[in-house]
Amino acid sequence: MSQFVEQLPVVLSALNEGFVQTLKLFIVTLLGALPLGLIISFGSMSKFKPLSSFVKTFVWIVRGSPLMIQLLIIFYMPGIVFHNPVFGGGEEGRFAAACVAFVINYSCYFSEIFRGGIKSIPYGQQEAGEVLGLTKSQIFFRIKLLQVIKHVVPPMSNEIITLVKDTSLARIIAMQEIIWAGEAFLKGSHGIAGQVWPLFFTAVYYLAFNGILTIAFGKLEKKLNYYRG
Amino acid sequence: MSILEIKNIRKSFGKNEVLKGIDLSLEKGNVLVIIGSSGSGKTTLLRCLNFLEIPDGGSIAVNGETLIDTNDSSTLTDKQIRKNRLHFGLVFQQFNLFPQYTVKDNITLAPKLALKSEAAEIKKANGSSAARDYKAKRLHEIDKKADELLQQVGLSDKAESYPCELSGGQQQRVAIARALAMEPDILCFDEPTSALDPELVGEVLKVLKSLAESGKTMVVVTHEMRFAREVADRVVFMSEGVLTEDGTPDEVFDHPKNERTKQFLQSIF
Ligand SMILES: Nc1ncnc2c1ncn2[C@@H]1O[C@H](COP(=O)(O)OP(=O)(O)OP(=O)(O)O)[C@@H](O)[C@H]1O
Ligand SMILES: [Mg+2]
Repeated sequence: MSQFVEQLPVVLSALNEGFVQTLKLFIVTLLGALPLGLIISFGSMSKFKPLSSFVKTFVWIVRGSPLMIQLLIIFYMPGIVFHNPVFGGGEEGRFAAACVAFVINYSCYFSEIFRGGIKSIPYGQQEAGEVLGLTKSQIFFRIKLLQVIKHVVPPMSNEIITLVKDTSLARIIAMQEIIWAGEAFLKGSHGIAGQVWPLFFTAVYYLAFNGILTIAFGKLEKKLNYYRG
Repeated sequence: MSILEIKNIRKSFGKNEVLKGIDLSLEKGNVLVIIGSSGSGKTTLLRCLNFLEIPDGGSIAVNGETLIDTNDSSTLTDKQIRKNRLHFGLVFQQFNLFPQYTVKDNITLAPKLALKSEAAEIKKANGSSAARDYKAKRLHEIDKKADELLQQVGLSDKAESYPCELSGGQQQRVAIARALAMEPDILCFDEPTSALDPELVGEVLKVLKSLAESGKTMVVVTHEMRFAREVADRVVFMSEGVLTEDGTPDEVFDHPKNERTKQFLQSIF
């Protein structure tokens, strides 16, 4: 027991450090994948067939293969195949590679959610805007966007909670996120070795963070419920 | 001069020729009612007037200004189409209100967005203080106009309600106010009461009637024959993409010349 009390602050500070990396990856992925997902959804709905087919195939490949493999390809391929290791070997490079992989992967998932949301808006909304003389962008931003957001918040919150847990996949390219930090105490780190509980303890971080997100999304959903339709 | 002059309008969807050369002119302040059986092309004609469909052939002119003439080979730009649309308003069967906005915001949204681009142009020409003054003045007018329109359709007490809180009849009256807010030359209605419960039809027709009395030029597609007889200055009958009857309500309803019109009238009375 006294040993545990001694180790706890050391472990927590290491886990906190890892969680900061986890959080950074999470935030960068959201900031990148939300707008990119919207753009990809436009591409997949384009009336220009070559573009929409290309985008749909791309989305299919990204959604159909494991994110873990995508991480490995993006991190290692430039060095192994093209002899140009753009990401380098340090933590910064690993973080950058993870960001690229996550943004690409999640923007494809988000694009499908956006596509569903946009498709669910009745065409009458578009035409009502048109006959009032609105431009295409006014119709999108002033009429459709909020309705799309209302429709996508529930599936989006599911996907974002999955993202929180998926960040642990970055461990595969040795990005120093929270799982990596917890695992370190198995082999030995900060003078502590052979301890497995720090690794299990990382789950508390995920649970707490997802709990906060769940409450926040619930509030947002409630807020958007000021109207029906 | 007629307010509206349509010549030889044609429109096909694939091989299906829906409008087969429609000629029509309308005097300012008149109410034209279009009747005809399902699939005869009534909605398509209204959609052509509002440039939701671009006719394959023919011309449309409002107040002598040609909006489209397919003999003139140039195609319309998006900007021209938007400008053309402002001559017309369209009230849909399904209302199509914007659910996230209050009743009043539904009415003021389009005028306010139009004001934005007007103000931007004034800023370019006369500087930002002129633009600011103009904007303040117009915002006040838009707000006042919306209140007047709400009063006109009998919904002053619903200004801050959301569409989902209104009955179908009330929603349709808001849709009418919204269309009027852009001050169109000609207001079109596509079966404005068809989606309503029978007991709500009257309140909407009453608004249409009061608009007619105030001198608004209107084109109304409807199956409400009593309304047509009472309010229309002119009734046309449409059959398979052509107008086969055109006259006063009395002429069309009591002395139809065309065999199809007779059949149609018999089927609904
Ligand atoms: N966008 C479209 N694409 C293909 N065909 C269409 C389209 N719009 C209308 N049509 C066809 O055009 C014909 C006329 O349709 P329209 O809606 O103008 O008839 P209508 O007189 O308004 O009928 P209703 O009384 O049922 O509303 C129909 O055969 C319809 O199937
Ligand atoms: Mg119709």
